[in-house]
Amino acid sequence: MAEKTLLKAINEALSQEMERDDSVVVYGEDAGYEGGVFRVTAGLQERFGKQRVFDTPIAEAAILGSAVGMAANGLRPVPEIQFSGFMFPGYNQIAVHMARMHNRSRGKYKMPITIRMPYGGGVRALEHHSESLETLFAHLPGLKVVIPSTPYDAKGLLTSAIRDDDPVVFMEGKRIYRAFKQEVPDDAYTVPLGKANIVQKGKDITVVAWGPILHEAKKAIDSLKDEDFSVELIDLRTISPIDTDTIIESVKKTGRFLVAHEAVKTLGIGSELISRVNEEAFFHLEAQPTRVSGHDITVPLPRGEHHHIIDSGRIAHEIKRVATFE
Amino acid sequence: MILDSYDPLKQEMFNVIDDNGKVVNKDYEPDIDNETLINMYKTMQLARIADVKALQYQRQGRMLTFAPVKGQEGAQVGPMAAAEDDDWLVPSFREMAAMLYKGVPLKQLYLYWYGNEQGSKFEQNVMPVNVPIGSQINHAAGIAMASSIRGKNQVAISFIGDGGTSHGEFHEGMNFAGVYDAPMVTIIQNNQYAISTPRQMQSKSETLAQKAISYGIPGIQVDGNDPLAMYAATKEALNRARAGKGPTLIEAVTYRQGPHTTSDDPSIYRSEEEVKNWQKKDPISRFRKYISNKKLWNKEKDEALQDEYKDFVKETFKAVEKYPTPTVDEVFDYTYAEMPKTIKAQKEAYKAYLKEREGE
Ligand SMILES: Cc1ncc(C[n+]2csc(CCOP(=O)(O)OP(=O)(O)O)c2C)c(N)n1
Repeated sequence: MAEKTLLKAINEALSQEMERDDSVVVYGEDAGYEGGVFRVTAGLQERFGKQRVFDTPIAEAAILGSAVGMAANGLRPVPEIQFSGFMFPGYNQIAVHMARMHNRSRGKYKMPITIRMPYGGGVRALEHHSESLETLFAHLPGLKVVIPSTPYDAKGLLTSAIRDDDPVVFMEGKRIYRAFKQEVPDDAYTVPLGKANIVQKGKDITVVAWGPILHEAKKAIDSLKDEDFSVELIDLRTISPIDTDTIIESVKKTGRFLVAHEAVKTLGIGSELISRVNEEAFFHLEAQPTRVSGHDITVPLPRGEHHHIIDSGRIAHEIKRVATFE
Repeated sequence: MILDSYDPLKQEMFNVIDDNGKVVNKDYEPDIDNETLINMYKTMQLARIADVKALQYQRQGRMLTFAPVKGQEGAQVGPMAAAEDDDWLVPSFREMAAMLYKGVPLKQLYLYWYGNEQGSKFEQNVMPVNVPIGSQINHAAGIAMASSIRGKNQVAISFIGDGGTSHGEFHEGMNFAGVYDAPMVTIIQNNQYAISTPRQMQSKSETLAQKAISYGIPGIQVDGNDPLAMYAATKEALNRARAGKGPTLIEAVTYRQGPHTTSDDPSIYRSEEEVKNWQKKDPISRFRKYISNKKLWNKEKDEALQDEYKDFVKETFKAVEKYPTPTVDEVFDYTYAEMPKTIKAQKEAYKAYLKEREGE
């Protein structure tokens, strides 16, 4: 066991799954020789050869469309989209084929594809490099969506995703790629898909977050430690399908609910979580379920980005408001 | 006719001057007035100095990520000098020299790369920097079609990289414009790399110019570090477009001397020696020799120009650093032409929160 960054943990999962199963192939723009613009796939081509780890032309429709074909013909592709903001040309293939091929073929063609993509803001990047687009994937039946917040989860969740027979969109918060390290086992292990994680137990309010924002939520909760309420923090981990049970059980206990996400407000995952809380825990609520999120605006370029991306301060403000509401 | 004389399938490449600025293709040397020649040179120099300076500022932590143009100035300034003021420039993201030639102030370009949307608003017929690869080709097709439909005389000139030609949007846009004989000229800047991926990895086509054949339009491979050849080929393409004969595809063979962006480390994927070899074909020094041979330019003028531009670039960047950061109103107010009530409510709630936070 050693301390590893989220990036290293992902690289390790890819490497070990390629070792374990020779049907796993890894490819994408600059993902082969260079090992990706973030170096997530570094060393893989050297180790597994150019046939299993390769650079592609700039063509997201072909990257994801070919994954559908490869999956139909016995491979387990793990394509990389260089930045989530560039998935749109490939979204067609996800929406019209990948997510529904299993259903269409009445189970004949499984789609064991894992699409990796860095996402999210906070790194002062160019346009289209800062969006949080998880809703666009979660809205497609047949597709799973996973977002890890820690190196440990990243390795275990990615391993599960690659072994899973359904297509999974695996979104990597680029601002936490190298932000911190954590003890991560050297051997392969899995963290189950579809299962949220209670990060911190508490009695008075349930807070749900994922990816980089989970760490903002933690900071927010730390800043509130002198208040006379306690917070239960849940890392959603799998955005689709949602682990409703863990959340509802928590809200039934605390009676208060807050969801924090970086994505824009309207139809963000927060909308879905609040609907479920209303449907299944309505009579336990002591305050209105609340979301703190990005605004319904185009993500600003770096000089204005701080107005959009929620930070621990905004989350703490809302936690306090909801927790003390009478 | 230049476009008929160079066959992309035979890898025939059009040039006018050699690496020493000597005319080697007298028949096709374009007749450009002196003022324009000087303007072309000056613009390339300004782009070069602004580019090198921006890289320094970035390394000092004062500038954000940007895509350097160094080495590609000739492939951009040649076409823009051949165009009319009213023609459109539809850039990708590495077209600083083209944009400067069009009259976009350096301050705007710096402001954009400094992370402020105000830097994307131009008075000229110039579209904003376009990051999603390939997508601009369809905009150019639409701009060209609008020019035809509205009876204007404008041509849309778009730029794309060698990597961009792999994209579906490139193909769709070229094919689309071809169908309608839209007045469009597409310049592929084949700078040999798409980030780390070499040109040969993008396509099995021997040249990128030959892709034109499948669209039924002319395609030509041009020495992209020869501004005169770029001028001459583009001029012919523009004339065709204005005569209603449709789009042309020009592959400018050039080289990105700098990193892909400031986040890139080119030493991973290419050798110093390769860079040095291409520097011998540098478009600015070739063009300087050409205008010097014509007695339009000399060492004294060059030194004076460099000094002038260095100061100008420094002052411009200082002004950009002092530019006010976007306000809350600014980040909300341009989302829609007319602000919907719910967005306004979000803005007010956020402002109230900021006020409360200030008071805490
Ligand atoms: C649709 C899309 N996919 C991926 C990217 C990420 N990306 C930015 S620049 C680039 C390489 C572009 O290469 P090329 O077209 O040759 O132009 P150059 O950068 O060399 O000027 C890539 C893959 C993008 N901007 N858009």
